[in-house]
Amino acid sequence: MSSLESGEILKRIRGMGVSARFMEVCGTHTVSIARSGLKKLLPDSVKLISGPGCPVCVTSQEDIDYAVALARQPGVIVATFGDMVRVPGTETSLLEARASGGRVEVLYSPMDSLSLARENPKEEVVFLAVGFETTAPLIARTVQIVRAEGIPNLSFLVLHKLIPPAMRALLTRKEVQLDGFILPGHVCAVLGSRPFLFLKEEFHLPGVITGFEPEDVLLALFMLLKQKREDRAEVEIQYRRAVKPEGNIQALKTMEEVFEPQEANWRGLGVIPNSGLGLREPYSGFDTRRRFPLNITGSREYPECRCGEVLRGVISPRECPLFGKACTPDSPVGPCMVSSEGSCAASYHYEERP
Amino acid sequence: MCLGIPAKVVEIKEQEALVEVAGLKQKIRLDFVPEVKVGDYVIVHAGFGISIFEESEAQETLKLLREADVIP
Repeated sequence: MSSLESGEILKRIRGMGVSARFMEVCGTHTVSIARSGLKKLLPDSVKLISGPGCPVCVTSQEDIDYAVALARQPGVIVATFGDMVRVPGTETSLLEARASGGRVEVLYSPMDSLSLARENPKEEVVFLAVGFETTAPLIARTVQIVRAEGIPNLSFLVLHKLIPPAMRALLTRKEVQLDGFILPGHVCAVLGSRPFLFLKEEFHLPGVITGFEPEDVLLALFMLLKQKREDRAEVEIQYRRAVKPEGNIQALKTMEEVFEPQEANWRGLGVIPNSGLGLREPYSGFDTRRRFPLNITGSREYPECRCGEVLRGVISPRECPLFGKACTPDSPVGPCMVSSEGSCAASYHYEERP
Repeated sequence: MCLGIPAKVVEIKEQEALVEVAGLKQKIRLDFVPEVKVGDYVIVHAGFGISIFEESEAQETLKLLREADVIP
C-alpha cells in the first residue's frame, strides 16, 4: 500500500468521528504500532491499548524460577529462545545463572535442540517452550521427531499459552473497556478465524486479523471503526495474504496430536482454565517436570513492578513508577521491559513522553 | 518472536527448503507448508514455514479499500 493510500485511510478514520478503544494482543503489533508512531497520527477519539501479547512477558515468575533452578542442576543444559534468558526471576535470571556456572543456550529453532542433545550425550537438555499458537505447532513437531528418533536426553518444559482464553478472561474481568481487537496475524495463520468467534457470540465485539506493516494496522483500524459504526461484530481478515479462515490444518493437527489443553498461570492474569498446553500421554516422557520434579517455593515478583497491569492493559507502560528510572532495557526489572516485544521496551525505544 | 518478513523459497529437498530473505539464506522445515514450490514466499517462524504468502492476495488491500469505499 502506498503512503498516499495510508493518508487516505487516516483521513477517513479522522472523518468517521467514532470513539473507540481497541486492544492488540500480539507483541509484534505492539512494536509495529510504537515504531510507526501511529498513535500520534490517530484522532484522540481512537485509543490503542496493548494486551497480553508478549509470550516471554506472560510467563509466570514460578516458571522462570523453575527454569533458573534447572539451569543450576549439575548435568543440565537449558535451551530456549533469546528473550527468555534475561527475564529476572525472584533471585536471578537464566543469564545470571549462566554467569555463575549454569549452562544456558539460546537457540533459533527448537529443532536445534536435537543437535545440542546429540553433542552432549552425558547431559540432560531441557528446552523451554514459550510462545502462543504460532510457536506451539513447531514444538509439537519437534517433540514428535525427538520421540521418533529416540533421543533420550532431551525434554520440554511446555509453557505455551493460548490467546483466545486470555482474551476471554480479560473481557470477563471488565477491568478495561474495549470496543474490539486487532487480532494477531501469525497466531491466526495457524488458528484461522473460528477460535475468535466467541468475541461476537459472547461479547458482541468485532475483531480484525491484521498484518504487521503500519498500513495493515491502519486498515484494520478502519475496518474495526466501520464495524463499530454499523454496530456489527464480525471476525474479519485484513491479512488475507497469509491467513486463511480455516488456519493451517496441518499445524493444528500436529498441535492437537501432541498437546492437550490445561490450565496455565499467566503473569498479570493468574491461572486461566484451558489457556495452556501439556504433553499428551504418548509424549509425556518428554515432559521436563516429570524428569525434574523440583519444588519451587517463595516465588515473588519485584514489589513495585507493574508488568501485570501493563499486560492487562490497565495501565500504560509510562504509568509505572519504575519506567525509565529503575527499569530500563539495559537493566530491566520486569519482563515487559526485557523482551523486544514487551510493551514497556517498545514504549521506551520508540515513543516520546506524552 | 513472530517476524512477519516473507522468505523466498530457492530450493526444496524433501521436508526442508532453502529460503532467502534480504540476501541471507536459511534452512527451514516444510512440515506445515508441504505444498510450497520453489519461487513461493513463506512466513518463517523459528525455523519452520508456517504460511504461504499469497502475492495475489496483496491485491486484497486495494480490494478491501474499494469495498470500504476509501478509494474509487
